[in-house]
Amino acid sequence: MAIEVRIPTILRTYTDGEKAVTGEGGSLSALIDDLEANHPGIKDRLIDNGDLRRFVNVYINDEDVRFIGGLEAQLSDGDQVVVLPAVAGGC
Amino acid sequence: MLTIDQATYDAIVRHAKRDHPDEACGIVAGPEGSDRPERVVEMVNAAGSPTFYEFDSTELLELYKQMWDRDEEPVVIYHSHTATEAYPSRTDIGLASEPGAHYVLVSTREHGNNAGPVEFRSYRIVDGEVTEEEVTVVPALPGA
Repeated sequence: MAIEVRIPTILRTYTDGEKAVTGEGGSLSALIDDLEANHPGIKDRLIDNGDLRRFVNVYINDEDVRFIGGLEAQLSDGDQVVVLPAVAGGC
Repeated sequence: MLTIDQATYDAIVRHAKRDHPDEACGIVAGPEGSDRPERVVEMVNAAGSPTFYEFDSTELLELYKQMWDRDEEPVVIYHSHTATEAYPSRTDIGLASEPGAHYVLVSTREHGNNAGPVEFRSYRIVDGEVTEEEVTVVPALPGA
């Protein structure tokens, strides 16, 4: 069960510069644990207090996971996951 | 140093003035590794706020997919401050997540929607560290 995960520039320090890595898991939560096993440190950049960080966007097949169950969103073989930090700020 | 052509500079300033008093935001994309800000993409401020900006998450994904298809990256990420100086706020610094980009800040506090000069400044923001850089406006970017 392979899921391709697109990694943003700022997190590529955890993936040896790779733009995309492969992971496994039946849910987003399981996938992130699998990523952490191979790329230690990445989980903390995605999750805070057991929930997705407010300013990190994760998409499964182009759907923002916030609308499809968040960390419990289901994954199947061949799904494409994209991680993008929010572009945001304020005075 | 940020080198930007006059038309791109004007487009960013126009956008900032138009959206005043809300913060305007967008990017200028360019070929990966080129440091050439070539293609202005105005974004909707999903926060619709005078004190905060955030790209809509769906539009953000579309934007990045488009850039990946074209082998582009965000060379400039710009937004406006409408009541304060053109300097990155603590929030701007905390949320900056493109270490390779020039962060452009435009302040419209002086003239708002009207004609008149704006502050237009550029920064690198890496690991919470802000470095201001010179902005050079040229009639056109040199040939690729």
